[in-house]
Amino acid sequence: MGKTNLDEFAMGSGSTDGVFGPVKNPWSYSKQYREKKKQKPHGENEDTNWLITGGSSGGSAAAVSAFTCFAALGSDTGGSTRNPAALCGVVGLKPTYGLVSRHGLIPLVNSMDVPGILTRCVDDAATVLGVLAGHDCKDSTTVQDPVKSFILPSLTDVSKLCIGIPKEYLVPELSSEVQSLWSKAAKLFESEGAKVIEVSLPHTSYSIVCYHVLCTSEVASNMARFDGLEYGHRCDINVSTEAMYAATRREGFNDVVRGRILSGNFFLLKENYENYFIKAQKVRRLIANDFVNVFNSGVDVLLTPTTLSEAVPYVEFIKEDNRTRSAQGDIFTQAVNMAGLPAVSVPMALSNQGLPIGLQFIGRAFCDQQLLTVAKWFEKQVQFPIIQLQEIMGDCSSVFENDLASVSLKQ
Amino acid sequence: MAAPVLRWSCPARRWILANIDRGPRHGRGSPTGSRSSGKRGQSSVAQQPLATAQKPRKGEHQWAAVVGLEIHAQISSNSKLFSGSQVHFAAPPNSLVSFFDASLPGTLPVLNRRCVEAAVMTGLALNCHINKKSLFDRKHYFYADLPAGYQITQQRLPIAVKGSLAYSVFVGKNRNQVINKTVRIKQIQLEQDSGKSLHDDLRSQTLIDLNRAGVGLLEVVLEPDMSCGEEAATAVRELQLILQALGTSQANMAEGQLRVDANISVHHPGEPLGVRTEVKNLNSARFLAKAIDYEIQRQIEELENGGEILNETRSFDCKLGCTVPMRDKEGKQDYRFIPEPNLPPLLLYDSASLPAGADPQQVINIDQLREQLPELPRVTREKLVQQYGMLPEHSFTLLNEVGLLEFFQNVMKETRAEPKRVTSWVLNTFLGFLKQQNLAVSESPVTPSALAELLNLLDQKTISSAAAKKVFEELWRSGGKTPAQIVSEKRLELMQDQEALEELCQATMEKHPQVVMDLKKGNPRAINKLIGLVRKATLNRADPTVIKEMLERQLSS
Repeated sequence: MGKTNLDEFAMGSGSTDGVFGPVKNPWSYSKQYREKKKQKPHGENEDTNWLITGGSSGGSAAAVSAFTCFAALGSDTGGSTRNPAALCGVVGLKPTYGLVSRHGLIPLVNSMDVPGILTRCVDDAATVLGVLAGHDCKDSTTVQDPVKSFILPSLTDVSKLCIGIPKEYLVPELSSEVQSLWSKAAKLFESEGAKVIEVSLPHTSYSIVCYHVLCTSEVASNMARFDGLEYGHRCDINVSTEAMYAATRREGFNDVVRGRILSGNFFLLKENYENYFIKAQKVRRLIANDFVNVFNSGVDVLLTPTTLSEAVPYVEFIKEDNRTRSAQGDIFTQAVNMAGLPAVSVPMALSNQGLPIGLQFIGRAFCDQQLLTVAKWFEKQVQFPIIQLQEIMGDCSSVFENDLASVSLKQ
Repeated sequence: MAAPVLRWSCPARRWILANIDRGPRHGRGSPTGSRSSGKRGQSSVAQQPLATAQKPRKGEHQWAAVVGLEIHAQISSNSKLFSGSQVHFAAPPNSLVSFFDASLPGTLPVLNRRCVEAAVMTGLALNCHINKKSLFDRKHYFYADLPAGYQITQQRLPIAVKGSLAYSVFVGKNRNQVINKTVRIKQIQLEQDSGKSLHDDLRSQTLIDLNRAGVGLLEVVLEPDMSCGEEAATAVRELQLILQALGTSQANMAEGQLRVDANISVHHPGEPLGVRTEVKNLNSARFLAKAIDYEIQRQIEELENGGEILNETRSFDCKLGCTVPMRDKEGKQDYRFIPEPNLPPLLLYDSASLPAGADPQQVINIDQLREQLPELPRVTREKLVQQYGMLPEHSFTLLNEVGLLEFFQNVMKETRAEPKRVTSWVLNTFLGFLKQQNLAVSESPVTPSALAELLNLLDQKTISSAAAKKVFEELWRSGGKTPAQIVSEKRLELMQDQEALEELCQATMEKHPQVVMDLKKGNPRAINKLIGLVRKATLNRADPTVIKEMLERQLSS
């Protein structure tokens, strides 16, 4: 078992704000990327332009992407598993809320958090889900019924499938490459006989703001326990309890976390509660209903982009603050958390720069198996290339001599 | 500490000021001085009304006090409200703390079924409406004994609402006139207890013990229907008895299982309610009434002096006998309530709504709990009155004293004596001895069997009343001996030989012709003298009533 790096307290979409430093995307060192960039393989000690993994579970995504492990766990509160999965070219699954126990998961937003699963192929994700899913008496928000582990069928006929394309997800900030891959994927389903229709999720534009209010509010509450008294960092100040708390929390939290706590506490003040928290919960209900309505109209699975673009260089990414980047990074993913639905990011193709681009499938609540079945079919169709890291692996190149179509848990 | 002379009669809800003596009170440096209005100090002394000597006009200075209570009762359960750690009193510090209790991130609350049942039972016993759906919330504040930085409670929708608690106060010269009162219950909610902080001023440190953190509490909120300390204390006592009868809480104030906060305000009858203060942590039955009455008095004085009452939190200093502001409760707290996201709504069922095929382990049926409710104190007292013909106030005393009812019932089981006699002996003699030596029933040197045997001897007329008292004293002192042994040792048996007694009477009368003469002349006290003489001759082993009867018969013949 290994531990991986992340944004501090899972707050961020770059995995750049952790106390151990930022996470580097393995694709920065891939042959595919470097060829396009026309860089020499062993860049003369130049490692200044490496790319971010996305976040917040970037360390886990990088570990899976770089063949360090077969599977890794992350967390997904607003997209923190799917986002780095897309940018690192791996499968990132967010199960239905309540399917997998949160006992042991350090809470960010209790009503949206789920443990996320990162693997190199959809079958592996299904295997891990089968192990983790089901009732846990230590988590009162898990489903009561036990869940049997399952093997995904290999779908050959998609003619009975209905794929929905939410029109509100076509935003101006979406890169042209991602947009064209999204269209290509829709046409792929259509050409194989599936019904592909445009649908509407009318409250999409309110989603990110609503998410921000609810997220910071729960964060403010969940972070109240970090006072250095029972565990964790404690400052040296002994003057009084209040002084000790204040210094401990100032030292122990980074700016991002402190910013969210302050915002959250603001929204929860008596005079603001109705206008912010309650309002946001009401809007959340509307957003969740948007999905329900679409699924009730015969759609099986929704197809959307996962991210706005491929991975960007770290030096570019840090030009904007965490809050801005999070809003951008989470744009396609957080509505799913608010609705508690299952979603999976599947790598589709490489961009013109040789970097992975993934697409997101969103399913009905507790229909994770169906969702993964569709994802598996898609994965087989697109045959996403394996990352080529031979040149930096040196002696380990023998590992890649065999044609590994999918280095999976089953082998 | 000279207190102003205030007259009130409670529970008539009239606080009448007369002959206000202002001098000495200022001298002692009232603890409320600095916080209340700036008008205090010199001006109030100068303000000595000319009318001090006069009686106030009727209705002018009447005050009414309004008291509401928030009572926290620790639920009697094996484990805590949301975690599996044990509940024990006085365990080594931090030995009963699970990861959840210590707020380790990643731990989640899991609701304890027994605690929910305790809440429902208590709600039913207090005539509440049980909410079939209730919700949990987080109440945030920072304090060292609250590891998570919030308490899980039920603010929006508690488990039980709108009930009532009936209690009785005794008034009159002999405190034997009963007045039945009711206080409305606003709600009952489930919530977590906090840990304990122990302030070590010597080393300038605070020690935290989390054994109590997370223990289940029932908060019972009593509407401000009470008007003085005695009413509040009586209501609390009745609630204690109910909780103990139900087994939902041991409600022992000394062990911290029952804690009371009071909300107190005063106003002139007919006018709107005044600003209220909260007096916290009244943890002893003894000081409950005292603290409340002090606060009422303090508020009246303050207002009479032209000051104002601050909506503040105070605590009772039992050494000084007064309430003082609590420094760390300054300023209004915003608790930033949010729904507890880790706990789904609590759903309860009754027989009508119980889903078919429901796992009995997973559901709670309110009707079933109602059927299983044990006998409540009110019913027990009614039964005592009916079964034994005792006065209502006696039934109250029997229940109010811990262990006394059981003692009484055990004596009744083993004796043939009349219930009235047993009642009298238990409540007067037995209880009197206990109180004198400040003992609990459980510490009594006299067992129910011993008392029963004694009462049997009395009933059989083997000994006289006076002798019985002596035997009791000896039983109390020595403990080991039986009444029969004591009676024979001290030769306290009544003379059984009627003939011998007749002869003694005859002999006594012959020895004291003067007294007989007095008697025949009509002196009523002469008979007592004669009785006394006969008694002496029998070494106190004859019943005076019997002697009197004999003498009278002999004289008349």
